[in-house]
Order: sequence, then structure tokens, then C-alpha cells
Amino acid sequence: MAISTESSPNVEGGRLLPIPKQIPWWILILAAAGLLILLFVTTSASYQETFGFLWSGVIRTLELTLVAYAVALFFGLVGGLGRISKNPIIYTLSTLYVEVIRGVPLLVVLIYIAFVFAPAASEFLHSNGEALNLPLLDDLGVFFRDDFMRGVLGLAIGYGAYLSEVYRAGIESIPPGQMEAARSLGMSYAQAMRYVILPQAVRIILPPLGNDFIAMLKDSSLVSAIGALPVNAELTLRGRMYSASTFKSFETWNSVAILYLIMSLGLSVVVRSIERRWSIPK
Amino acid sequence: MADPIIQIENIHKHFGKVHALRGVSTSVRRGEVLVIIGPSGSGKSTLLRCINALEPVDAGQVIVDGIPVTGAHKNINAVRAEVGIVFQQFNLFPHLTVLQNLTLAQRVIRKRKVEESERIARALLVKVGILEKESAYPAQLSGGQQQRVAIARALAMNPKIMLFDEPTSALDPEMIKEVLDTMLLLAQEGMTMVVVSHEMGFARAAANRIIFMDEGMIIEETTPEDLFTHPREERTKQFLSKILH
Repeated sequence: MAISTESSPNVEGGRLLPIPKQIPWWILILAAAGLLILLFVTTSASYQETFGFLWSGVIRTLELTLVAYAVALFFGLVGGLGRISKNPIIYTLSTLYVEVIRGVPLLVVLIYIAFVFAPAASEFLHSNGEALNLPLLDDLGVFFRDDFMRGVLGLAIGYGAYLSEVYRAGIESIPPGQMEAARSLGMSYAQAMRYVILPQAVRIILPPLGNDFIAMLKDSSLVSAIGALPVNAELTLRGRMYSASTFKSFETWNSVAILYLIMSLGLSVVVRSIERRWSIPK
Repeated sequence: MADPIIQIENIHKHFGKVHALRGVSTSVRRGEVLVIIGPSGSGKSTLLRCINALEPVDAGQVIVDGIPVTGAHKNINAVRAEVGIVFQQFNLFPHLTVLQNLTLAQRVIRKRKVEESERIARALLVKVGILEKESAYPAQLSGGQQQRVAIARALAMNPKIMLFDEPTSALDPEMIKEVLDTMLLLAQEGMTMVVVSHEMGFARAAANRIIFMDEGMIIEETTPEDLFTHPREERTKQFLSKILH
């Protein structure tokens, strides 16, 4: 219930401490926590050492998320267009993709891509590259043997399925008159999509796209399960390595959690500013 | 009829079990203004939308300026670039400014340079009387202004024919005149126009011919003056008595 402190003195009197709503308390609490961490890092050698070890993981996590999300945006667009396609083959294939991937836990998708699909694809490219005398094919197989790329592929395929549904919902939310207007000006379906429907749909789905961006940043921690070379390890795997070798669980996981939080909050600020910049003037 | 630019021969259209058009035939000559009236569900909008293949027909043929819209040799995108349409709900592109609404298809379809497309767009905005709104977005305009932009957007493609699908039905009463005036101007310039509308004033002032449709068929086809003063069919009389107060 909304209570105005000015107009209802009775309620105000009944409350020990009226909490003003306009102050964003959560930001203050976060700021206080941030100061505390800053204090730790600058004064405690143990935390400095922990952050130093985790830092490459932060970079890797950001790289992993940015690359995988870019690819997922593409997969999602293709999947979403497929889901509204009138071509039964395209529709069936994209629906199969979405339903299968959505029905399997992301962790299992990641493990499956890393240990079943990627080795098979690599082997396929290798043997065919040799048989056809096409070294380029074999070179492509490197892509599937690289531990960073396997993580990218798993995340992108998983999130591509989620984003397909986001795109589909966005496209379907555009009134059919828009497609009619574009087509009646002589545009093809593809031109109408590109110039009229998608620019509007993307603006509408920016909040869920941003949401999934931040969710992917956090889910990139699942990539730790498929392992990687220490230099390629993302933040969570880096944390596991550090806590296993030093037994400093407390410092490690405090730091890991804080680093994820800082990254998420940073991204959500970025997402919000993009939303504001892209909004259509009313 | 001399020099028909639109030929419609015995077209049929079904929506599920509804037989929306039952063998409609007519033609429109170059420079003619044809008004179609009829009760809701009579098939008048469907007929209009068959001319630029927004509704594919089930049977019969439509030929626009020599280009078949139906059958095996149809060339729908070619026809659509020659036929402008103005919708009841305007359907402006809300993410683009007024100027961009007018230049998009010019650049994508007509392959015009930016400067050329903007010059043409501005000339049309002057014509419909809203040049000062070129940087505004559709949501910032009144209904009447939006519809005039929609007319200008269609004209920017240099269409040979303009279709109007109840262009004033979604407008507040005080905005209807500005849109009708723009349409009258077009008619005076000799544009071929097919207009689905119940604006009798416009029909009297601009139409060469008027069609009354009911239940997917053409019931009467004559001049506006003749139809309003001497309707022959009982259904026409009933309909006119409801809309002429």
C-alpha cells in the first residue's frame, strides 16, 4: 500500500522510523560494501593476492560473455525468424532447436558441446580435410579444439535458443499493418524485416535482451565445469583453482562473488543507457 | 472502357468459410477516381487490397497497368511499387522521423541517393502542408498529420495509382477535412484513385464513379450524384438511408 507521509499523520505516528522511499537505499548499501572491499584490497595482503590471481579470470569471463552473447544474438535472430517462418521445414528445424536446447540444462548443453559435439566436429573436419586434401577444413577444426571457443559455442547455442523466443515475441508484437505498409511500398519480406520490423522489435525486446546478457554473464560460470587451461580459465574456474591450492575459501569466494556483482551491475548500467538512447521519442 | 489501368475480372476470395468476394469484375481508367461504399463486411476493403495483392485472390484475375497481379506470371513487387496505398490506421513507421518515413522506400526500392530522396520528400511535405514536421516522429503528430504523411509516403514512390482504405475512419472529426483536402488535390491533379470511404462530400466532389457493394458483390455502379439521388436497388436505398442523415 502506498502511504503518503504528508497526508496521513496517523500512520506516520505509528511508525518508529519512516523510511523515505526516494532515497535508493540499495545503492547506499552497495556503496558501503564497495568501500569496505576497497579497504580490504588496499590493506590486506591476502585479498590483494587473491584479486591478483582472479584478475585474468575477470577478463576471460568478460571476453567469453561478450563473444558468446554476440553469437547468441545471431543464433537467436535466425532461430526467431525460423519460428515465425511459413516454410514448414525451417519452422520445424528452428522449433526443434529451441525446444531441445530449452529442455536440457545449460550445464549439460555445455558439457555435451565440449565433450561430444566439439571432438566429433573436430575429428570430422580433420578426416575430411585430409581425405579431400583441404587443409583449410582441418584448420577449422582448431576452432573446436580450443577450450575458450568450446565455451563460447556452448553458451551461444544455449542462449541462442532462449533468445529465439525473445526475438519471436518481439517480432510478433509489431502490428501486422507495419509489414503491410512496408510490403505495399514494394519491399520484399527480407527488406521489410530489416528496415521496418526488426528495428522496432529490437527496441521492444531490449529489456529481455539485457536481462539475458546479464544472465549469461552469470551462467558463464558454468563453463568452469568443462575445464580450461589456467590462462583460459574464467572467473569461477580461476576461483576453484585458487581456493584448491591455497585453501583460502573465504577470501576466494568473497572476491569471486563481489567481482561478478560488480560486472553485473556495470552491465545493467550499460543496458539501461542503451535502452534510453534507443527509445523512440513520443 | 478506354485505357483501363486496373482490370479486375471475376475475382473470388474466401476467409475460411466466409465468401468475401463473389465474382467481382470492374475496371478503372487512367485518371479516374472510383469510390467504393458498402456496409461493414461487404468486401470493399478486401477488393481494394486485392489490387496490390495484400490479399491474394482465390480465383479470377487482376491486371494493373499491364502487370498481372494474379496467376502464374504475377509480379507482385513490381505492381506494389506502382500502386500506393493509404491505410485506415496510417501505419507510419514509428521508429523513423517523418522525413525518413518518406525516404526509406525511395532509397531501398527506387535506389535514389539520399539528397534526391530528401528533395522529393520535402516537396511532398510542402504539398501535404507539414514540412515543419519533417524531424518529428509519428507519435508526435496528430492523426490528421499522420495520415497526410502516409499519403506523402505513398506518393514518394511516384505511384500511378493510389488506393485509400477508409483513410478518414480513424480520425477525429476536426481532422477529416485536412485529409480529404489533400485527397481532392490529388484527384484534381489527375491521379488514378480507388477510395473506400463513406465520405459522401468527397465522393460528390471528386469521384467519377461510385460502386455500392454488399455481401461480396457489386450491387450498383454509377455516378455519385445518380447513386445518392436515384438509387435503383433496394439494398442501396436501405444503406444510403442509414448513412445520409
